[in-house]
Amino acid sequence: MTDALLEVRGLEAWYGESHILHGMDFDVRRGEVVTLLGRNGAGKTTTMKSVMGVVRQRRGAIRFNGAETIGLSSNRIARMGIAWCPEERGIFASLNVRENLELPPVVRKGGMTTAQVLDLFPRLAERATSQGTKLSGGEQQMLAIARILRTGAELLLLDEPTEGLAPVIVRQIGAIIRDLQAKGFTILLVEQNFRFAATVATRHYVVEHGRVIDCLAREDLEAGGEKLKSYLGV
Amino acid sequence: MFELIGIPPQALFGQLLLGLINGAFYALLSLGLALIFGLLNIINFSHGAQYMMGAFVAWLLLRYAELPYWGALILAPLVVGALGVVIERLMLRRLYELDHLYGLLLTFGLALVIEGGFRHIYGISGQPYAIPPSLQGGTNLGFMFLPTYRAWVVVASLALCLGTWAVIEKTRLGAYLRAATENPTLVRAFGINVPVMITLTYGGGVALAGLAGVMAAPIYSVNPVMGSNLIIIVFAVVVIGGMGSILGSVITGYGLGLVEGLTKVFWPEASSTVIFVIMAVVLLIKPAGLFGRA
Repeated sequence: MTDALLEVRGLEAWYGESHILHGMDFDVRRGEVVTLLGRNGAGKTTTMKSVMGVVRQRRGAIRFNGAETIGLSSNRIARMGIAWCPEERGIFASLNVRENLELPPVVRKGGMTTAQVLDLFPRLAERATSQGTKLSGGEQQMLAIARILRTGAELLLLDEPTEGLAPVIVRQIGAIIRDLQAKGFTILLVEQNFRFAATVATRHYVVEHGRVIDCLAREDLEAGGEKLKSYLGV
Repeated sequence: MFELIGIPPQALFGQLLLGLINGAFYALLSLGLALIFGLLNIINFSHGAQYMMGAFVAWLLLRYAELPYWGALILAPLVVGALGVVIERLMLRRLYELDHLYGLLLTFGLALVIEGGFRHIYGISGQPYAIPPSLQGGTNLGFMFLPTYRAWVVVASLALCLGTWAVIEKTRLGAYLRAATENPTLVRAFGINVPVMITLTYGGGVALAGLAGVMAAPIYSVNPVMGSNLIIIVFAVVVIGGMGSILGSVITGYGLGLVEGLTKVFWPEASSTVIFVIMAVVLLIKPAGLFGRA
């Protein structure tokens, strides 16, 4: 596991009194796209928020580039090169599209320029002066992904980027994720839509009751579709 | 000279100018309140006391350090703002998770303590603060006499309000501020140190109150209750303009100052209540305020 960009060991997390994560173990290697699959309430989003430091009550080990981040605040974690695209997208209503796009500060060299990002998302250039929340759901999702590409972060945490979107938009997002992998980004993806996940990810961790219960490679997913269906209850 | 419904123009324009001056202070103070409420969710009841401290610090600087008006205009807001930073770090910080009411009670209590302290030391008779020599005198505009210092207050306040608005609406720092007002958790997860931003915003809002206090010193006498007289009206202005709306509070501040001035001309008995009548009407028709988002 020496090439792991993100190493998570024995991660536990709480929301107030409720114990959500019970010892998550997984790795994301540099350049990989890895998904956390699982049912609603399994702890996928909480895992992401714990990695980002947004969930403060957490214990265990989260190493990024070999450095322990478990005790750090989310602004310090972001500065190390992790960027988060939350499930609710978090587009700011009081900012226009361009301001939303340019809001996250550049934390390291090597990120994409605004022009490169707009090349990837031409629709956002057309709507640059619209209020952020006036965009359609798909455009908002594109904006939420686009704005973290400028920061120079190496690891992108994408929480259910396809949720509630039309199939044609889902395919576009799939293409963008493959493109980002080709550009060298490492991506941790939370998904419920395993058919979508199968098209983009190299490995899948199956999460249940706040633990990783299985790890499937892309080949396993094709062969062991039945096993996964039983995990996900679909 | 002409007369308007039996009102001599001297009286009309005199009261309008007075209204504009009051409006300038309403705008400056409600601007700070709106900034603080937007990001901190704290209704800063000690704003009036902090305005009064600005005037007193200017007076103390003149008296004991012989620092003239222009120096005080810079130094006094810094002193008051620094005290604000201490208050935020030591006290307000602990209240963000709780109901609005706790912040309101704490800042109200602080206002009473601060005011009581100044009253104990300096009494309530007030200390005079002379208009700086460069702003003494005035101009005869033909229809009225315009004192230079009052013109300066109106212009300076307008510039400050527009400047603050431009910083918030047009700059990167302002974008951070607007975004953090909506979703501080996400802004922090982008790598921005939101707690420090909150501290500085409180310090900045309080410094604005202090600055208004320095500008007020030569107009009203420097006196421990000068803030509590004003703050009730300023809160009405904020409610009318809409909580948390920057431009709304500035426009409402000036507008209500003028309305108050006009009322003094045409129906003097109603001048001290007109703002509260407007507040009641606005709350009935548009509860989020004239510029507020529901």
